[in-house]
Amino acid sequence: MSPVIQGIITIIIGVGGCVGYFYFANLFIDKVLFPARGVNAGRNINRANMIRPWIFLFPAMFALGLYLMYPVVGSFFRSLYDRSGDEFVGLGNYARLFNNPDFRQAFLNNILWALVVPAGATFLGLVIAQLTDRLRWGNIAKSLVFMPMAISFVGASLIWRFVYAQDGDIGIINAIRFYFGAEEGIDPLQIPFWNNFLLMIILIWIQTGFAMVILSAALRGIPEETVEAAIIDGANPFQVFFKIKVPQIMGTIVVVWTTITILVLKVFDIVYTMTGGNFGTEILPSFMMDFMFRDDGQATAVAFVIMLVVLPVMVWNIAQARKEMR
Amino acid sequence: MDNIAGQKSSLSLVTNIAVLLIVIAWLIPTVGLFVSSFRDRDQIAASGWWVAPFSVELTYRTRADATPTEQGNLFVIEGNIFESEEVRESFEDGESSIAAYGLRGREPGAFEAGTEAENRDGGTIQVNADGSYVYTSPEPIDGAPRVYFVAETPPQFTLDNYRTVLTADNMDRAFINTLTVTIPATIIPILIAAFAAYALAWMDFPGRGLLIATVVGLLVVPLQLALVPLLNLHNQLGIGQSFVGIWLAHTGFGLPLAIYLLRNYMVGLPRDIIESAKVDGATDFQIFTKIILPLSFPALASFAIFQFLWTWNDLLVAKVFLPSAGDAAVMTVKIADDLLGSRGGDWGILATAAFVSIAVPLLVFFTMQRYLVRGLLAGSVK
Repeated sequence: MSPVIQGIITIIIGVGGCVGYFYFANLFIDKVLFPARGVNAGRNINRANMIRPWIFLFPAMFALGLYLMYPVVGSFFRSLYDRSGDEFVGLGNYARLFNNPDFRQAFLNNILWALVVPAGATFLGLVIAQLTDRLRWGNIAKSLVFMPMAISFVGASLIWRFVYAQDGDIGIINAIRFYFGAEEGIDPLQIPFWNNFLLMIILIWIQTGFAMVILSAALRGIPEETVEAAIIDGANPFQVFFKIKVPQIMGTIVVVWTTITILVLKVFDIVYTMTGGNFGTEILPSFMMDFMFRDDGQATAVAFVIMLVVLPVMVWNIAQARKEMR
Repeated sequence: MDNIAGQKSSLSLVTNIAVLLIVIAWLIPTVGLFVSSFRDRDQIAASGWWVAPFSVELTYRTRADATPTEQGNLFVIEGNIFESEEVRESFEDGESSIAAYGLRGREPGAFEAGTEAENRDGGTIQVNADGSYVYTSPEPIDGAPRVYFVAETPPQFTLDNYRTVLTADNMDRAFINTLTVTIPATIIPILIAAFAAYALAWMDFPGRGLLIATVVGLLVVPLQLALVPLLNLHNQLGIGQSFVGIWLAHTGFGLPLAIYLLRNYMVGLPRDIIESAKVDGATDFQIFTKIILPLSFPALASFAIFQFLWTWNDLLVAKVFLPSAGDAAVMTVKIADDLLGSRGGDWGILATAAFVSIAVPLLVFFTMQRYLVRGLLAGSVK
């Protein structure tokens, strides 16, 4: 069957199924199970209203439970078994990982990513948000900086291959080097250690727009009086920015920072497409893909390590959400 | 700042220039890709995309194939190199000039145009800038002699790369596959999430707070954790690696953000409307379909854009939940796994493939940016 027809059928079944489920489930409890008539009309309405939320929630809870909560437990248990999944090895997979120099490298690189990318993207986003704030063509500028958000990581990697290429007629970096009299092209992605930063630049390029949009809205929300008061007191633009504006949007900056941090810990596409994890650029998500389909035990162990790294952010997120709801 | 008397920011010129530089820096990589995708393969190899509008010196190989004549005791071929059979097509517009020529492949530009050189037959050859040449030989010429030349070639922009990518490399199939994955994976989670978000926002039941906290927590669960257990589950259920599997996976992974965004938006809707509808006897189902859904359109649109971009651009889920061989590959997988390997050095093809894959998201992005920004703000700024 052609995938297009299959897709159309799925849309119809999926959408029709969802709508039908909600409609008929509602009809069922209102007309059949707890009809709002007869002697027990009042009691039945109350009962129907107690059940209804769960009808509305059931598909979502089922999908969340199966696709996000079960895997946390399932992955953990799988990581305690060996490659074939038959023999219990306890923490053996984790021990093997930590003895593997590649894993240690990936872990350290990942920490570097989690520090540099959010810092870079948030800082640049903040600066651009401030610079474009009063500009007549600010919105166009913002829109263009925001654009990479729409591009896939694979597409972005290809785009940046045209910057980093070794051939001086393709790669801008080498073209500039040749212009200043270099003799031979270098492959920037093979320079040990620093190549990590070249890959991070790609993600910063993508994420700066996100930070900029949110921080720009936050800057707009700052009460004008505080800024005016500072100017009257003789503060120069830099003081106004760093001492008046930034402290007032600190909360938003933290949110942006953590959001990007979480994203960084998931992205494997850039490393996979640019270097395939070679030349010392491996990070945990790409390291995991090396084991995927070959050794599920170790793959899940790597995934669980990523989960442990994300855990503090998760706890903090939940705490924030609960605070807001009160 | 502008409204304070006597305070005009002296930094405004600097700001303008700084923003201009930033925007240019941000665009350069993408522009490079875009320009390269329209360039001729030989031109890409010969010069950078930043000089694409200018002429390039390209090397050609042909034969002096005009009809030989006998002049006195010499055999002579006279003609125009641009009209020789092997290169005629490249010079149809006739605006090129020859910089240098040669007789051996190793030194295609050994002699300057307009100078005379000795040829292998013991005679002479001269190729002029306008392409006219004279080849002489003391002996009868057997077959048309090889000539190499370096010509200033005007910039050539073609759609050939697009033709190749869309026909020869199976990218058309990958494009359709991507659409097939994306559309159901965008619509289904919205429906499910909208009902759940309504329940979490406007219905009273025990455990609501806990459920909301759970959704917030699930927002950050790394995808990697789900890959192995779910693939095993799909295999046991008989779904295996298939479109159905990837739709279900995308639905599950997209739900936390969908519920979170939609609930945040729905909570902000005015309570009066909903209560007066209840007083008038509307059921929850009617309130939801007739009042909440139409009012939540901006939030629904913004999540739809998110989910669309995310599923369209995804590589990881597609690699794991779709079969790796051949026909089912989506564009990202096709580019990352096939093209980068088999066409690694063919920059024109790579650029075109990348551009084909990012064209639709860019279109969606620029037309629906308003909703996207609104959705982002609903998610993180209170």
